[in-house]
Amino acid sequence: MSSLQDLYQQVILDHAKHPHGHGLVEVADGHLGGESHQVNTTCGDEVTLRVDVRTADTPDARPTVERVSWEGQGCSISQASTSVMTELVTGQDLATVERLDAAFRDLMGSRGKGLDDEDVLDALGDGTAFTGVSQYPARIKCALLGWAALKDSLARSGALADRPGGSDD
Amino acid sequence: MTATDAVRPDDAMGSRELAAVRADFPLLGRTVRGGQPLVYLDSAATSQKPNVVLEAEVDFYEQRNAAVHRGAHQLAEEATEAFEGARSAVASFVGADDDEIVWTSGATAAINLVTYALSNATAGRGGEAAARFRLGPGDEIVVTEAEHHANLVPWQELCARTGATLRWFGVTDDGRLDLSDVDAVITDRTKVVAFGHVSNVTGAVAPVAEIVEAARRVGALTVLDACQSVPHLPVDLHALGVDFAAFSAHKMLGPTGVGALYGRRELLEAMPPVTTGGSMVEVVTMTETTYMPPPQRFEAGTQMVAQAVGMGVAAQWLGDLGMDRVAAHERRLAAELLRITEIPGVRVIGPTDTTDRVAVVSFVVDGVHSHDVNQVLDDQGIAIRVGHHCAQPLHRRFGLAATARASASVYTGVEDAAALREALAGVRTFFGVE
Repeated sequence: MSSLQDLYQQVILDHAKHPHGHGLVEVADGHLGGESHQVNTTCGDEVTLRVDVRTADTPDARPTVERVSWEGQGCSISQASTSVMTELVTGQDLATVERLDAAFRDLMGSRGKGLDDEDVLDALGDGTAFTGVSQYPARIKCALLGWAALKDSLARSGALADRPGGSDD
Repeated sequence: MTATDAVRPDDAMGSRELAAVRADFPLLGRTVRGGQPLVYLDSAATSQKPNVVLEAEVDFYEQRNAAVHRGAHQLAEEATEAFEGARSAVASFVGADDDEIVWTSGATAAINLVTYALSNATAGRGGEAAARFRLGPGDEIVVTEAEHHANLVPWQELCARTGATLRWFGVTDDGRLDLSDVDAVITDRTKVVAFGHVSNVTGAVAPVAEIVEAARRVGALTVLDACQSVPHLPVDLHALGVDFAAFSAHKMLGPTGVGALYGRRELLEAMPPVTTGGSMVEVVTMTETTYMPPPQRFEAGTQMVAQAVGMGVAAQWLGDLGMDRVAAHERRLAAELLRITEIPGVRVIGPTDTTDRVAVVSFVVDGVHSHDVNQVLDDQGIAIRVGHHCAQPLHRRFGLAATARASASVYTGVEDAAALREALAGVRTFFGVE
């Protein structure tokens, strides 16, 4: 059962049971908002995710993810991954969110080997608990469901276009 | 009397015979996930293949490969004989005549073939002979809520092309077709009734006779999705009285890439072609073409000859074993698989007894998502299917996005069902759900 316990680390089971950001919240006045509905066509799992982006009075004047809220149903991997993602990106500027997204996708593509860069691993925090998922091609989509919804909802919010320096960060 | 009622329990295979059957399937001997024996309970998705089928394909390529129905050399003769011999084997296996079997790439292609033939007839192709197939606004096509997407989406598309309206039978709480409103659903407006013989989710066997009788009363065509019945039950299409039927080789121990459309002779004769090109024509001029009689009219282009030969051998292999015995064996497997309901938190979607059902058992484990259930089973070498099994409306009917499904075939043993039970018993504990 070792590979199974490797996959379902306690942190994943905990997040799946008590997910962060669950329950849709209205976007604050004056903030940019975007919403996305994503479906995993393999299993019918779905998530509706809403992002709230603060563009004024932010540190270094960078647009920042104020809040991620979502609802949906799915397996423990997709629920936990969306929960961990919510924690990781809340309060982060959009360039950091983009880097986290790329780092998590790299981790999912690592075929169980994980990533070497200590700084990236530090930045991913609880996200590194999903390393075991990358051994199972059928489950990678589960782990990326929430991330796909975040990316799409940010694009829909219009915040990416407003960002200083464009999207080539 | 239904197909499953006709089977006596004492027809079932003994353990020695089952061991001999299993020895014919090389893949069943491999190990998975760190050297564990494979417990294959995903035969409703695709079956494993006996040696005779694999050897038939190799033998065809090594000894007989040539273009069929063309060329007059010896190889062409032998290839054509193998190809048509396979058609004959498949036809007799399902109680049809040889020229009523059209090769297709599978059941999906077979059902689509019927829908596009009806479209073409609606557009005026096939002339007056095909007028009976024309559809338009006011006409209705009836399906069921239990259908596999392959027997639902093509009919939705046909309705969109012709202006016909789609109607359907619902499903009861125990997963059977709800025919209580049969006279309100099948009416004078009904032109086609398309339904699955056996649900790939609930395993329930449809009351074919009742549906065919209702369709006949109003002159509607019947189309049977026989994918989950032909590999598991004795099926006699003439006796069932359906107008069309579709089934795939890969679910009945045969190769992928081949399947069959059955059509009653007089209907196939009247039907316009769908895919056109070589091998299906009589006289071609620069302006018009006349077509061959069925089944060749519906077999344009180079066919999947080696796979067809493999399908013929698979039909022969099952026929030699005897479908009554296959059904009896799988009926016992259905009972064994249904014992998962003894495990706390496990709920079966579909009939929970073995009356008029096959060994396809879909279930949920309360508090644990089906993908997570699957992961625990896969970790122990047990292969099942999870998801919506290409039947989203049926899952929606039960308020579910996904289920887990265990399914048996002729080579499945009671030990496989026991392994499933044992593994399932630990699932809720693993995820801390009690």
